[in-house]
Amino acid sequence: MGNSWFSRWHFEKRETTSNLVLVMVPVLSVVIGLIFTGLFIALTGKDPLEVYLLMFDGAFGSAYGISETIVKSIPLLICALGLSIAFRMQLWNIGAEGQLYMGAFGATWAALTFPDWPAYQLLPVMMVAGFLAGGLWGLLPAIPRAYFKVNETITTLLMNYIAILWVDYLVVGPWKDPKSFNFPISPQFTEGAILPTLGTSRIHMGLVFGVVVALLLYIVLNYTRWGFEIRVSGESPAAARYAGMNYVKNILLVMFISGGLAGLAGMTEVSAITQRLQHGISPGYGYSAIIIAWLARLHPAAIVLVSVIFGGMLVGGYSIQTSGFSSTTVSMLQGAILFFVVGGEIFVNYRLVRGEKGGK
Amino acid sequence: MKLTRKYLFMFLSILLILSVAVVGCGGGKQASNAPAAGSGDKIKVAFVYVGPVGDAGWSYSHDQGRQYLVKEMPNVETTVVESVPEGADAERVLTELASKGNKVIFATSFGYMDYVEKVAKKFPDVVFLHATGFKTASNVGTYFGREYQARYLSGLVAGKQTQTNLIGYVAAMPIPEVIRGINAFTLGVKEVNPKATVKVVWTNTWYDPAKEKDAAKSLLDANCDVIAQHQDTPAPMQAAEERGKFGIGYNTDMSKFAPKAVLTSPVWNWGPYYVKTVKAVMDKTWKSEQYWGPMSDNIIDLAPFGPMVGEDTKALVAKKKDTILKGQWDVFTGPIKDQQGQVKVQEGQKMTDKEMLGFDWFVQGVDGTIPSAKQ
Repeated sequence: MGNSWFSRWHFEKRETTSNLVLVMVPVLSVVIGLIFTGLFIALTGKDPLEVYLLMFDGAFGSAYGISETIVKSIPLLICALGLSIAFRMQLWNIGAEGQLYMGAFGATWAALTFPDWPAYQLLPVMMVAGFLAGGLWGLLPAIPRAYFKVNETITTLLMNYIAILWVDYLVVGPWKDPKSFNFPISPQFTEGAILPTLGTSRIHMGLVFGVVVALLLYIVLNYTRWGFEIRVSGESPAAARYAGMNYVKNILLVMFISGGLAGLAGMTEVSAITQRLQHGISPGYGYSAIIIAWLARLHPAAIVLVSVIFGGMLVGGYSIQTSGFSSTTVSMLQGAILFFVVGGEIFVNYRLVRGEKGGK
Repeated sequence: MKLTRKYLFMFLSILLILSVAVVGCGGGKQASNAPAAGSGDKIKVAFVYVGPVGDAGWSYSHDQGRQYLVKEMPNVETTVVESVPEGADAERVLTELASKGNKVIFATSFGYMDYVEKVAKKFPDVVFLHATGFKTASNVGTYFGREYQARYLSGLVAGKQTQTNLIGYVAAMPIPEVIRGINAFTLGVKEVNPKATVKVVWTNTWYDPAKEKDAAKSLLDANCDVIAQHQDTPAPMQAAEERGKFGIGYNTDMSKFAPKAVLTSPVWNWGPYYVKTVKAVMDKTWKSEQYWGPMSDNIIDLAPFGPMVGEDTKALVAKKKDTILKGQWDVFTGPIKDQQGQVKVQEGQKMTDKEMLGFDWFVQGVDGTIPSAKQ
């Protein structure tokens, strides 16, 4: 077999990670991802470089493109910030998607129940309702996790489907707009239920929420006792308990806040973007946010930046379709870039060495 | 911890530099391309599809129409954006297409309606045409075909073919367009087979092959032996073929995906309409309208029959089709009863377009419910 050459290579944990490695790994990952996808694009007879330029142009090349990229990044940002708190405590909340839908549900309930209220009353109520609904959806799987150690990865994931179907049920049934000719959408929100936007663009107040949450999170995690507790609890639950920290209480609280923030993202989407509840309000923001939080190494400021880059990738994807690419090619391109970026992460902590593996 | 932060800072700086560099190049590229636009009698036309072109159904039929347009009018340059959900993304895609110099934009799914209305206000010089919708403006028209006429004819075929007297119907969204199709189909079935029933299952989606197939299987499990569909893909036909049963396709001739199952399919032929409309816009004779083309316009037809369809059925369909083409008779002519047996359309009366466009009840012979708005 020809794999004897390969079999001599193995991964070895790095004792320390040099700055050069820290810089080169992500850069090379992106470059290799682009080259890999470029090969496929070249096979279709197009110039890969031109396609990449088009993608960036669509996302960042005009004021409109930039504004739409920011619009896309708002729900990603708020969800990813929420997830980052849970991940810090090593709580694997995969349920931001469902929590977002529940937040949209809570906010819509407020919008449809008090349609005559002015914005300064209705919007805060929608925010609270969205946060609470998303938070409770996050709290639900936290209870068995805290008391019986039930794996939250699976429960949060499965609860996504329940939340999405719940919203589907509402728009197909009780909340359907009587004027929609039976198309499954809720009635359009009244003026008071719509978040203000920046000029004529679709950039809305949600951006402010996102940035404020990022700042708060940074302060809380780095300068408060509770932030310290969360970090310690994540790294060593036993140590946290010895130090007199309430581990169970922190699990519940963290999952509530994590879900609540995803719920807030859902509120901003229905209030500012769709301005009504409908099927498919999120094309998977809650899942993308997991990758964003991870690539940003859970750092709030980095999450802001990675969210914008992600938003750009989604917006630019539609743009390159206008130059004759099918939507499946676009999905493949986005997937391949992510694959290499996420896959490359292993080289930050490990290195590939040649030679005999110790103790083999 | 320190190390992580340092790493982050560097990683982000580099990403920033990269993106700035690329955007810089992008800008330059755009500038150099600019003078090329706007020369000659070219016109840019864009199409937005809800599913992929390769759905072999609804979006595919529109893309066939687009290709016909390009062939007939070589000075037309078309742009396609597919798989655009009926949500927030639709607004951006429409805006982008309008601002990139497209003069005519065809939005081919019902759920784009409010976004078309919104974007059209911002681009008064661009003509928007929205398939299956009902909202118009000075620069927004709607278009559709009287697909219920072909549905009725396909119902005749299904009614003749069924042995179990149970016909399944995989239905999409419970909007008037779909309800009208089910009703027309059922009237056709009942015409030749008064004992037959049409069972309806809703999927609440236009494009979801897996869900469409599951819905068809549930109907086959319930003893249906002919499956009809209002969906964008041939998945329900494939389900019928796998069970050795029959099917009535939709949108395109679906017999190539299930040759042993497909009896016939109501098929769209958008090409001539697209040519006519783009020409009118170029000649500046275009006016906003709600176009609802009958079978005699050839926008909707029936695909060739499968080999299992009998000669007497073919003759019957041909006879009925003739009366429809000549305008002597139309499908929703009374007496028509609803599911409770109440006469909704009196003998000799014909339903108006407005009534047909607002269909919210099933005719007798349909086994299913329409989810209602408010209890």
